[in-house]
Amino acid sequence: MPKLADFKTNEKSWWCPGCGDFGVLASLQKALVDLGVEPHDVAIVAGIGCSGKIGNYINCYNFHVVHGRTLPTAMGLKLVNRDLTVIAAGGDGDGYAIGGGHFLHALRRNVDMTYIVMDNQIYGLTKGQTSPTSKTGFKTRSTPEGNIERPIRPLQLAIAAGATFVAAGFSSDVKQLSSLIAQAIQHKGFALVNVYSPCVTFNKVNTYDWYKEVLINLDEDESYDPTDRGAALQKLIETDERVRGLVYKAPDQPSFQELFPGYREEPIVHQDWTMPQEDFAELLEQFR
Amino acid sequence: MRERRLASWKIGGEQGQGIDSTGELLAIVCNRLGYYIYGYRQFSSRIKGGHSNYKIMIGTEPVASTSSELDVLVAIDQETIDRNHKELVEGGFLVADAHFEPVLPEGCPAQLLSVPLTQMAQEVGSPLMRNVVSLGVSAYILGLPLDAFKDVVLQRFGKKSPEVGQQNVAALEKGYAYAQEHLPEPTWKLAAGDGKSRLIMMGNDAVALGAAAAGCRFCAAYPITPASEVMESLMSILPRYGGVVVQAEDEISAITACIGAGFAGARAITATSGPGISLMQEAIGLAHVAEIPVVIVDTQRGGPSTGMPTKHEQSDVWALLYGSHGDTPRIVLAPSTVEETFYLTADAFNLADKYQCPVFVATDLSLALNKQTVEDLDITRIKIDRGHLLTDEEIAAQAEPDGFRRYRVTESGISPRPLPGQPKGQYLATGVEHNEFGKVSEDPRNRVAMMDKRLRKVPADPAALDLSLEPLAYTGPESPDILLVGFGSSVGPIGDARKLLEAEGLRAGHAHVKVLAPLPVNQLAELFARAKHVIVAENNAHGQLFALIEHRVGKAMREQGLTVPQLHSLRKYDGNPFLPKEIAAAAKEVTSYAQAG
Ligand SMILES: Cc1ncc(C[n+]2csc(CCOP(=O)(O)OP(=O)(O)O)c2C)c(N)n1
Ligand code: SF4
Ligand SMILES: [Mg+2]
Repeated sequence: MPKLADFKTNEKSWWCPGCGDFGVLASLQKALVDLGVEPHDVAIVAGIGCSGKIGNYINCYNFHVVHGRTLPTAMGLKLVNRDLTVIAAGGDGDGYAIGGGHFLHALRRNVDMTYIVMDNQIYGLTKGQTSPTSKTGFKTRSTPEGNIERPIRPLQLAIAAGATFVAAGFSSDVKQLSSLIAQAIQHKGFALVNVYSPCVTFNKVNTYDWYKEVLINLDEDESYDPTDRGAALQKLIETDERVRGLVYKAPDQPSFQELFPGYREEPIVHQDWTMPQEDFAELLEQFR
Repeated sequence: MRERRLASWKIGGEQGQGIDSTGELLAIVCNRLGYYIYGYRQFSSRIKGGHSNYKIMIGTEPVASTSSELDVLVAIDQETIDRNHKELVEGGFLVADAHFEPVLPEGCPAQLLSVPLTQMAQEVGSPLMRNVVSLGVSAYILGLPLDAFKDVVLQRFGKKSPEVGQQNVAALEKGYAYAQEHLPEPTWKLAAGDGKSRLIMMGNDAVALGAAAAGCRFCAAYPITPASEVMESLMSILPRYGGVVVQAEDEISAITACIGAGFAGARAITATSGPGISLMQEAIGLAHVAEIPVVIVDTQRGGPSTGMPTKHEQSDVWALLYGSHGDTPRIVLAPSTVEETFYLTADAFNLADKYQCPVFVATDLSLALNKQTVEDLDITRIKIDRGHLLTDEEIAAQAEPDGFRRYRVTESGISPRPLPGQPKGQYLATGVEHNEFGKVSEDPRNRVAMMDKRLRKVPADPAALDLSLEPLAYTGPESPDILLVGFGSSVGPIGDARKLLEAEGLRAGHAHVKVLAPLPVNQLAELFARAKHVIVAENNAHGQLFALIEHRVGKAMREQGLTVPQLHSLRKYDGNPFLPKEIAAAAKEVTSYAQAG
């Protein structure tokens, strides 16, 4: 069985001390260990941003792509090798701004894979501009007078767009987060885990203390039913998405893989690709 | 009665009036009778309405271009006559539906045959069969056996219901009988075809077949004219082989999905046109730096921007050679016929796997969409070579405590690669500059070593690519007075222009470039050294290939002490392919043949 150490690399971390992304990395590693997955059977597609560095610090197959394109890349990767555990990971800007289009389509396509968003409500790597999840009035380098736009509500957006699994995590609660990530990986379909992951350097508003105070833990609320789509949306509206825990899990929705005609048990990359001559001759018949 | 080896036929009407499917039927009939055909569709960016027409060249020998002359025009409306009558030749026929009271423009040398197409169609069952009636008339004029039409029509419409099949047969018969009764004895007919049934397909079909035959099992694409058929045909083929086709939300998604699949070790393709190529630029750079195989098809159309979406152009040469930021080596294959499209598409996958980079297949609208006769496609010529992949044992032997040297600096520049899922092969693939392990590095020495490694992977001479065909094809005399150069679908018009020039006693040669990058510089220089004049004919406004050739081949020749011949650029960018006579005229002008002779 793989151990935590197997998922570590000797790369020195580049993140600022105290960055929320450390907790996400630790939770992801723990989830993989808990699930008993081998490092070589995991492929992570990471975006561009501080968050995108996550792949540098975890021992598995990693693909660090261009800004905003983790989801389609991970989709292609997963569809040709269904045996791999495929995880896309990136920031709030990466996923909800430049990659916002892909986000909606990944949700409705429901390819079996996991998407972890490290949401710090700011652009970290480019040194502190407003992000799509920054609250109205939030002052940043690009909004010195305060953000005049309204934030995206990624959890409501996801459910509205047809998500089959939506969870919210907090990076300092590794126990809960690793469990949510493990559930997401086990979910047969597209699974979103939006993680509040504080940027200690550029976001002085949405801090650890602030999150600790405002986040409601849905996992501790026995009356909350995460399979009830309407109730989930209701809760998210009421709380302005200041929640953590399993938000929504659709009962039995087939994944893209299950629905695609002719999709095989054996991964495409392992199949024999030679086309029998008779088959080819038959294909040509329609052109006569 | 005179027998002809080549005839041309065209049907025109509003888009949505079955123009395409009628042309298609005639093409199938001719193919089954053993004729060679070359189809040419003109259409607009509208679904219903807007003039469209379908012209078919029918020959007893291979035909590779359309012409400005026309023997038979079938007109469903007056606009078709107004737009196309100038093509009609002396002795030609204009078959028009009496329904719209056709008017033959003054001076048109053809004979107007006003046929109650709609009325006769109505008599056999439905006005919708009007076009089929016109095929009956056409069969008589062209001297083709009506039975061949009946077979095809029964096959096509009899499937729906035997009754509809029979109605269509009746429609054919009515048209034929009408022509027999009202037309004078024809003065010519097509010489008989050889009876050998060949294939008729468009370039997009050949891309899909070439990809499937070469082991491609993943396609992600976003619909766009004139590329959509690639995704559509792969959707009909790949699921039978366990493959997947995804209609992506945009071209960025399409290309990155293919890159993800390539990273995993699959063979992936995306097909698009200019606007999609523009959107893919950043990801193309990613595939270069992360060293990931992917095949990208560009069916060029009128640009820039939305340009002329349904019109032919060859204006993406520079975009394909230089697009995306930073320094990246390029492989751009440019098939000129449907058959070449099949083999070069298959080659593209081997090259992508071997050199671990994007490989482009550049076609153009004429090649992508125009149906032409193909002798045969031989799948046994296609070999799948996945490049330098490592076995689990090799990986275990090479793994180091720091990870795996995925980007090992080698003499060839090619680094053997592990695939996700293989134990101990874990590495970081990244668009960030990296060291041999894939770890981020901005060390100046490492940077230069990595850049040089990536750039030296791809050979400078296309001969080293080991393609299914020669990167440069030449037809003509040893030392031509005029050498015509082109790429893509203009192989037909240029080839025919050369024959025209030859018939007039000019020593003309034709060189066709099949690989735009790496350009066959030495091969061109060798030809140029024996030529007096060179004309580079292409469908774009800048003379994109001309500029490349002038710079690269001119430089190479000067370095070798060779005399550079006079280089001329011939450009056409009105949305239509070249006509042979246009190229021949330009050739005569530059050689002053007209004055001298
Ligand atoms: C196409 C492109 N545009 C802009 C950038 C610059 N850029 C890098 S990261 C980033 C935003 C990062 O924000 P987020 O995704 O929230 O990640 P964080 O750093 O906060 O983890 C931007 C704009 C880029 N790399 N590529
Ligand atoms: S800038 Fe913010 S997000 Fe980036 S590493 Fe530092 S704390 Fe983390
Ligand atoms: Mg951020």
